[in-house]
Amino acid sequence: MEIQIADSILIQDYINGDERALETLINRHNQRLSSFIYSKVSDREITEDIFQDTFIKVIRTLKRGRYNEEGKFLPWVMRIAHNLIIDHFRKSSRMPMFEGSSSFNIFSVISDEKLNIEKQLIKTQIDEELILLIDELPVDQKDVLVMRIYKDMSFKEISENTGVSINTALGRMRYALINLRKIIEENNIVLTN
Amino acid sequence: MEKIYDKNQTKCKIVKAKPETIQFLLNYSKSLKITEASGIKFESNMN
Repeated sequence: MEIQIADSILIQDYINGDERALETLINRHNQRLSSFIYSKVSDREITEDIFQDTFIKVIRTLKRGRYNEEGKFLPWVMRIAHNLIIDHFRKSSRMPMFEGSSSFNIFSVISDEKLNIEKQLIKTQIDEELILLIDELPVDQKDVLVMRIYKDMSFKEISENTGVSINTALGRMRYALINLRKIIEENNIVLTN
Repeated sequence: MEKIYDKNQTKCKIVKAKPETIQFLLNYSKSLKITEASGIKFESNMN
C-alpha cells in the first residue's frame, strides 16, 4: 500500500527547495481543481488557463513565504481559482473589441435583429442624439469616453495613448459621464427605447 | 448495446490539466527566484 504524504509536509518540502513536492501537489489535486473550474466555465481551454494562473499564484505565494498554514491547502487553492473564475466572467462581460472610425456607434455592434421598424427608428434616433451629446463634451473627456466605450481600451492603454496618468484618465471618464447626465437633464432630453 | 455504451462513455470525460500545462508550471517554479533586500522581496525569472 502506498503511503500518501500530507499536503502540509509537501508544502514545507517545496518551500525548502524540493521542486518534486510541487509536482506531487499539482498531480494530486489536478482532477479536482480542473473539474471545479470546468463546472463553472464549461470550456476546456479556459479551464486550462485558469488552472495555470491558479498555480502560478500558488507558486508565487509559497516562494515568497506568504502561505499561511492555518487553512488547508486544497480549499485555499480552490479559493484562488474561484476568484480567477470571477475575474474571467468580469472580463468576458465587457463589450467586444472594435476598432471603429469616428462615425462608428456601439449600437450597430449589439443591434437586436428582432426590433420592429418603430423601435429601429427610435434606436437610430437615440444613437444619433447620443453622438451629438458626446460631441458637446470637452475634448479631453470626449477622447477618454470614446476610447473606453467605443474602442474598448483599458484605462492603462488610454493613459499611454493620451500621455496622462491612469488616475487622470479615470477622472476624465467620471466627469464625462457626469457632464453627459447634466446635459441630458438641463435640456430635458429623454433617451428611452 | 455496445454502441449505446460507447455514446455514454464519450460524455463522461475526466477533466484534467494537460501534461504540457503541468510541465510549464514546474519550469516556471524552477525559474522563479525570490531575493530579499532591505525587507523588500524581489521576483526574478531565470529563463
